[in-house]
Amino acid sequence: MTARVITITSGKGGVGKTTTTANLSAALAELNKRVVTIDTDIGLRNLDLVMGIEKRIVCDLVDVVEKRSTLRQAMVKHKKYSDLYVIPAAQTRDKTAVSPAQMIEIVKELRADFDFILIDSPAGIERGFRNAVAGADEVLIVTNPEVSAVRDADRIIGLLEAGERKLPMRLVINRVKPDMVRRGEMLSINDVVDILSIKPIGVVPDDEGVLIGSNRGELLVGRAGEAFRNIARRLNGEDVPMMNLDSNGGLLSRLARLFGG
Amino acid sequence: MGTFWSRMFKRRVIGSSSAAKERLQLVLVTDRTDVSPEKLQAMKDEIIAVIAKYVSVDKARIEINIEQRQRDHWLVADIPLPKGADRERPLSTGLEDA
Repeated sequence: MTARVITITSGKGGVGKTTTTANLSAALAELNKRVVTIDTDIGLRNLDLVMGIEKRIVCDLVDVVEKRSTLRQAMVKHKKYSDLYVIPAAQTRDKTAVSPAQMIEIVKELRADFDFILIDSPAGIERGFRNAVAGADEVLIVTNPEVSAVRDADRIIGLLEAGERKLPMRLVINRVKPDMVRRGEMLSINDVVDILSIKPIGVVPDDEGVLIGSNRGELLVGRAGEAFRNIARRLNGEDVPMMNLDSNGGLLSRLARLFGG
Repeated sequence: MGTFWSRMFKRRVIGSSSAAKERLQLVLVTDRTDVSPEKLQAMKDEIIAVIAKYVSVDKARIEINIEQRQRDHWLVADIPLPKGADRERPLSTGLEDA
């Protein structure tokens, strides 16, 4: 058994990389997969908080790299999901504390014991990003239907295309507001896919449940949680139809449906 | 679907998303190819000038654009050549003085 290593990245900050990493890891654990997540956002760690394991951190990624701890010692086990672990980033150092070669080593050591290794990338296109993708087998690009997020996603896609290893890439379109799309005030899923020309693996509706969940360190909340579960099943090779974001639509479309539309 | 009610309730989509898409597609051509609209225009002018040395062309009908195919970009030129009477026009090749 050898793990698949999936890096979650975006270029732009604040589009939902950490949320995506956290929720996908929980959803994969629900599918009885052995999962470990690695936070590579050194100096700005947050995966621990979003996953609700922040109080139990003993060691971090930099401790492992600098041989003050073993990988096992740095792994924090999730309380709710039996086979889910988190390797937190260091909070006091910067991205140069880890090198791409060291990330490859860490991934190599973890592969045998897990089904999935999810790597949460920092924003940007510099060292932190290069660390995050160094050991990856595939990449998920998270974007929002918003001009700056799409442009930055395109930049990341370009960088990965130009790289030596042609990593398979798929798109997660996060924070979609179906009502705005319907009104023509937000790029649609088709628009984003059209512009970026890479395959989508899932669409996640904008959902206040995500914020409420992160307040409490809870994962897979609400409709967004369902969307992340779908993505996890697709990652696992299942053929899951794309979520119909219109099913909970605005008054007009509900009325239209009521009258047989 | 195109039922009576959905047609009744469908608003005309004239929102800002089409502007977002157009602007993104434009700026991404520059981002990906490092060819800005200004550079493209300068290139066009020079290409047309070279062609005009050899054949008389109707500049207004020449189209030189960057086209996207998947994630690749192509510089595509459509240059209609003159026929019949047009061709009989004396050529100013610009080479006579050389």
